[in-house]
Amino acid sequence: MIIATNVHKQFGKLQVLKNISVTCNKGECIALIGPNGSGKTTLIKSILGMVIPDSGFITFNGKNILHDWNYRSYIGYMPQIGRYPDNMSIGQVINMMKDIRNHEGSLDEELIQAFDLEKLYDKKMRTLSGGTRQKVSACLAFLFNPDVLILDEPTAGLDPVATEVLKEKIIAEKEKGKVILITSHILSELDEMITQVIFMQEGQLVFHKNMIDLQQETGEQRLSKAIAQIMLKR
Amino acid sequence: MYKIFKYVIRDILRNRIMLAYTALLLLASGSIFSLEDTSAKAILSVLNIVLLIVPLVSIVFATIYVYNSNEFIELLLSQPIQRKKIWLSIFYGLSLSLGLAFLVGIGIPVLLFERSLTGLLLVACGALLSVIFAAIAMLAVVFTRDKAKGIGTAVLMWLYFTILFDGLVLFGLFQLSDYPIEKAMIVVSSLNPIDLSRILILLKLDISALMGYTGAIFQDFFGTATGMTLSFVALMLWILIPVGISLHKFSKKDL
Amino acid sequence: MRYLLMILIIFSATQLQAKSLHVGKQEAYKTIHQALQVVADSDSILIHAGLYQEGNLIIDKSISLIGIDNPILDGQYKYEVISIKANYVTVEGITIQHSGVSSIIDYAGIKLYECNNVRIEKNIIEDAFFGIYVQYGTKCIIRNNHLRAHKKTEQESGNGIHCWKSDSLQITGNQIQGHRDGIYFEFVTNSIIWRNISSKNLRYGLHFMFSNHDTYVTNVFENNGAGVAVMFSNHVHMYNNYFRENWGDASYGILLKEISDSEIEGNRFEQNTSGIYIEGASRIQMNRNLFKGNGWALKIQASCMEIQLHNNDFIGNTFDVGTNGSLVLNNFNNNYWDKYEGYDLNKDRQGDVPYRPVSMYAGIIEKIPVAMILFRSLITTLMDKSEKLIPSITPEQLKDDHPHIKPVVS
Repeated sequence: MIIATNVHKQFGKLQVLKNISVTCNKGECIALIGPNGSGKTTLIKSILGMVIPDSGFITFNGKNILHDWNYRSYIGYMPQIGRYPDNMSIGQVINMMKDIRNHEGSLDEELIQAFDLEKLYDKKMRTLSGGTRQKVSACLAFLFNPDVLILDEPTAGLDPVATEVLKEKIIAEKEKGKVILITSHILSELDEMITQVIFMQEGQLVFHKNMIDLQQETGEQRLSKAIAQIMLKR
Repeated sequence: MYKIFKYVIRDILRNRIMLAYTALLLLASGSIFSLEDTSAKAILSVLNIVLLIVPLVSIVFATIYVYNSNEFIELLLSQPIQRKKIWLSIFYGLSLSLGLAFLVGIGIPVLLFERSLTGLLLVACGALLSVIFAAIAMLAVVFTRDKAKGIGTAVLMWLYFTILFDGLVLFGLFQLSDYPIEKAMIVVSSLNPIDLSRILILLKLDISALMGYTGAIFQDFFGTATGMTLSFVALMLWILIPVGISLHKFSKKDL
Repeated sequence: MRYLLMILIIFSATQLQAKSLHVGKQEAYKTIHQALQVVADSDSILIHAGLYQEGNLIIDKSISLIGIDNPILDGQYKYEVISIKANYVTVEGITIQHSGVSSIIDYAGIKLYECNNVRIEKNIIEDAFFGIYVQYGTKCIIRNNHLRAHKKTEQESGNGIHCWKSDSLQITGNQIQGHRDGIYFEFVTNSIIWRNISSKNLRYGLHFMFSNHDTYVTNVFENNGAGVAVMFSNHVHMYNNYFRENWGDASYGILLKEISDSEIEGNRFEQNTSGIYIEGASRIQMNRNLFKGNGWALKIQASCMEIQLHNNDFIGNTFDVGTNGSLVLNNFNNNYWDKYEGYDLNKDRQGDVPYRPVSMYAGIIEKIPVAMILFRSLITTLMDKSEKLIPSITPEQLKDDHPHIKPVVS
């Protein structure tokens, strides 16, 4: 569904992505992991068209995204740090997004209810805590029933209850056959849901493996241990 | 596109600075027209507002606004919306609101007290300058990531167009006074939208003085329908080119 | 007593003898020439309506030539239409058109040759080379005539009312348009020019040279190629005239050159490129004039002395005073300047600090005319303001020590 081919990106002198080629297929739930500054977010932003690669290309459903913008209507994105217009309230932001997206199918407001956001609808964005912002971001990502979910550190800042709610939601969406691309530092969170692992380091793709293969190779059930082992081998 | 534009406009119009700007202009033009004893003097005072205050407020407000819209822009970028539309919506929103503030603050008093061709030209130039400086602001923003630097650039741009450019021209005139540079000056003046507007209004305001030899050359150009049209085309270019460049740059920008 | 009676009888006898000769298609005389051959002193020739193409008419007797219902005398672009060579001639109510045009001979609609007490009244002179030409005339009256010419260049056009070496003329209530100079005076003395309207002439509305002791009052000079020029004369009095929209680099409301002992009072100068341009003049009183909306109200060259400017109003001029030097031998006092930014603490209706009417920028434009393109920009305004505080380039002595706070005239 999403194919990145030889994507290369440089910010000034710093090479952030070096010849990255990845493929994400339908029904996959991919964990994008790697140390800080390894280029995960940049890769995600490239897929979203927010960062434009210096060379290489990315296709979505077989179409190059460079001059396309409509493909984003199939993507729900939850940024690492959600930034919203300060002087708007939660309700206004959610309504504005509904208005701008002009979504035709049904809306998925499960998370809004699960997080009980409606109570906070009148709160201005600037007064929100990081956790509440994350909740808003999560709600927006799932709101339009997208085929692809891109979640950048979805659980950072969320309380354990909310984390649990979100995880369940992700798993439920995965069951529906959606592509899910997720980054997280807390690898233990990912165990239950992922099917694929993409490991990046210093802008390079270290490996892209099936979770089952990875488990067999390392003999470890848990992702964190498996990764640790691979890191040690290298 | 209309929807984003709607949100931008709604956001700006809620902004207290915009209201304060409109009120300030109203107050200034109202007091000018009621205090000055001749309409020519009043027009001159309004001219100074149009040539100095309006560009300054337009460029600084627009710069700050675009920086503050960063979150909004980011939010929209991950949505199925063309980048071009986001950028243009912000520009249109800024142009419309700055232009509206000017028309309410200066346009209405001028048309009430000084319903002449000069007054009309003054209002037209002021409205255009509002839009032009919003366009220049967008250019400044797209090239500087840092907000403080961006605002600094915007103020510098204003300083350049209001005084530095003229200083350089004056210096050049002293150096080249022995050469026939009258015609070249027409071209030079179109390199600065403030100068261009000033000359267009001057031609109506100081017509007698401009009927002298040099003035006559300017009059021959700017005073004709062709010259007037060309001047307005030049002013339009001052909108189109900065917006075009910033748009090009924005659609390639990493956010 | 008897002597007196006899004079009376003789006088009334001649009066009785005066005849009226009618000229016209249905009249006793078919042409004016026929009538002129039989006419005697004090007779009148009455010309009835019609078109008369009779070449040159020479009037050498003291007669009246009077038009009835606007007869038209046509010079066919070849002839001088009426030549007056006698005293006490009256020409009235006639339309004269198409006089000859020549670069050698000064053809005119009506020309006066060395005569006195001639009266030219209520005529229309259309498209003539010179309109009315007075040469060695004395005590002549030219009143309420309309002169119109339509030429494009100064070469093919003569002056409207042209007076040369004359004395005691009255030029009153004429309207002159489209000639080279509207009214032209050279070596004319003791004359008055009153209530004329001279507009759209190619060169000067009034051209005035070597003519002393003349007065002109309540005339309108409007939109002439170069305004009004008064040169090489003394004792000229100009009152209540209106100079308007004389536009161009060398165009002036009045150009004063080598003038002395003259008065300019109560005139209005509006929307001229330069209201008054003075060069080499001395002892001139300028009082109670209004300068409004001119490019330069006053351009005063350093060659002038003892020019007194008092109680004038300067309103809405782009520049009030321009000058080319720093030497000032003239006196400005008690004028109203709308650009004055001083104050009047003791409420005597006079400003407490002097006004300096020469702006620095006016000085720069004097040297570099192109700099006009920067006029009213922030940089030039700042330069002017700083110059006002610390004069360095503008003449220190050129100032009005007691400017009026309110307009004097208007």
